[in-house]
Amino acid sequence: MNAFLHQLLAGLASGGIYASVALALVMIYQATHHINFAQGEMAMFSTFIAWMLIQAGLPYWLAFIATVVLSFVLAAVVEFTVIRPMHDKPALSVVVVFIGLLVIFHSLAGWLFGYTIKQFPSPFPSDAWYGSAMMSAHEVGAIVVTLVVVVALFSFFRFTPLGLAMRAAAQNAASSRLVGINVGRMLMLGWGLAGAIGAVAGMMVAPVVFLDPHMMTGVLLYAFAGALIGGIDSPIGAVLGGFLVGVLENLIGTYVVGTELKLSVALVLIVGVLIVRPAGLLGRTVVTRV
Amino acid sequence: MNSLDATSRAPIVAAAPSTPKPVRRGGFAPGWIGTLAVLALLAIGLAFVAKGFQLFQATMVLSYAIALLGLNILTGYNGQISLGHGAFYAIGAYTTAILMEHAGTPYWATVPAAAVVCLVVGYAFGRPALKLEGLYLALATFALGVAMPQLLKYKHLEAWTGGVQGIVLMKPDAPFGLPLTPDQWLYLFALFVTVVMFVIAHNLLQSGTGRAMRAIRDHAMAAEAMGVDNSHYKSMTFGVSAAYTGVGGALSAIAVQFVAPDSFTLFLSISLLVGIVIGGVGTLWGAIFGAIFIMFVPSLAEKVSKAAPWAIYGVVLIAIMFAMPGGVVGLLRKIQARFKAHG
Repeated sequence: MNAFLHQLLAGLASGGIYASVALALVMIYQATHHINFAQGEMAMFSTFIAWMLIQAGLPYWLAFIATVVLSFVLAAVVEFTVIRPMHDKPALSVVVVFIGLLVIFHSLAGWLFGYTIKQFPSPFPSDAWYGSAMMSAHEVGAIVVTLVVVVALFSFFRFTPLGLAMRAAAQNAASSRLVGINVGRMLMLGWGLAGAIGAVAGMMVAPVVFLDPHMMTGVLLYAFAGALIGGIDSPIGAVLGGFLVGVLENLIGTYVVGTELKLSVALVLIVGVLIVRPAGLLGRTVVTRV
Repeated sequence: MNSLDATSRAPIVAAAPSTPKPVRRGGFAPGWIGTLAVLALLAIGLAFVAKGFQLFQATMVLSYAIALLGLNILTGYNGQISLGHGAFYAIGAYTTAILMEHAGTPYWATVPAAAVVCLVVGYAFGRPALKLEGLYLALATFALGVAMPQLLKYKHLEAWTGGVQGIVLMKPDAPFGLPLTPDQWLYLFALFVTVVMFVIAHNLLQSGTGRAMRAIRDHAMAAEAMGVDNSHYKSMTFGVSAAYTGVGGALSAIAVQFVAPDSFTLFLSISLLVGIVIGGVGTLWGAIFGAIFIMFVPSLAEKVSKAAPWAIYGVVLIAIMFAMPGGVVGLLRKIQARFKAHG
């Protein structure tokens, strides 16, 4: 029972990270109907920036904030230079461009920072949390950080004029333009936010999986599964789905198939959800007009 | 939330500029026969000019070309995006390796076996994937591509797959006492398979089946209304495409004489996608250009920048999407059209 609880809580901790990446994916999907295959590699690149800043002697939280800001700018620049010209291109071209970005970020990280596996510091104490053997302090910290990010985002979208404008731009670009919203800038902002969320997720996952250019491939896959389970156009669904995938991955990995087949769990989840309920748990069923 | 899915508004693949060609039944137009004969002579001649390693590279180009042809049938002609075709390449390679290692099957018999295995697996994956439009299919196949190396390392399959170590194969000798080195023979064998596969693909795409596939790509609903059985054609196309890619994988396993899970990562799937984009989506000959690209450009890129060859790959990929969306074949067609307009 104890071991089971331990696995469940560890699953929640990694689920929080999947939830963040899934949230970033959903934000971009909602605004542009693109699935950002490069999201994971962008987050990995951001984590390397954080690592570099910490190596340069910055205190952790200062490096954390600087990384979030830099990632925001980086993602916004990517949107402006590469993604915006693709807005009316066929789906294949867009997918190919995302794959190109994935490869570029992967390779740049390997080139600038090396392919050796690095340790990434955790801001939380390394001992068990309040003497409990169930969870490490880092796991609790990761969940708390995820929840803070989610709450901050929801308040931003719910209570600020800028958040309202961004939601409007995502929902109906033409009408938003008519009421004077700069839709292009909103998309850029959305990308920036997604990049920043990815950076947070990367910094939270790096102490667990260690830092190297391959770090995020698995995480991205779980995030896809989480986003699909929750519904690719529902932010709340993405967060729930992310946590659910984290728990499922850990429990199935421990008790059913063994750790070496964990990625296949994500594959089965993705294909299963797409077949049984393509709209996800909280997503909206897409009705196509003929 | 917009209730219309963006993927349903934009076509998956830009309509190929080549469609208004007159439909020819049964074979190539007369003007092509001369060109093809010269190409065939050059290709056979290469076996006697090139040396060992170059022949190996040429064999690999042929194996990639077959795989790319398969992916192009799926993506270019049927409009289904796959980011996981490396998985079928792996299945083809492993079928060959396992048959040769454990069943003592002669190498030539493993190639059709790989095609059949991949056809079945591809059909089985394509059937449920039918429900998945555009981006969702890309996602599901992406997951397949990422998960494949792990599946191959699975410990209960280790008796067959050799686990992380993989399987080492023997290079076949030339039969009938022909005075050829194994490299030369393998290249000629691959060339033969390639020609057969291209002829089959050409005939398939010129037939009613091919027209049905293109109709589904251009407007699925209109095709359905015209009496095309969408689900049958889409899953069949997935199967055929996987079979082609599997044959490519089988040839590569014989040429490399080694299969291991880590040769079939997501980057192989990405390479295949790069190949069809560079060669030209929805063209037969694009597969050859694409194969040459994915065989030689990574090592060239390594010469340009030793540290980040893949970054150059990515930049080239995005640049091509912006500057020449038709790939090499699209570019050649444009040049040809310009010459015709002036001449």
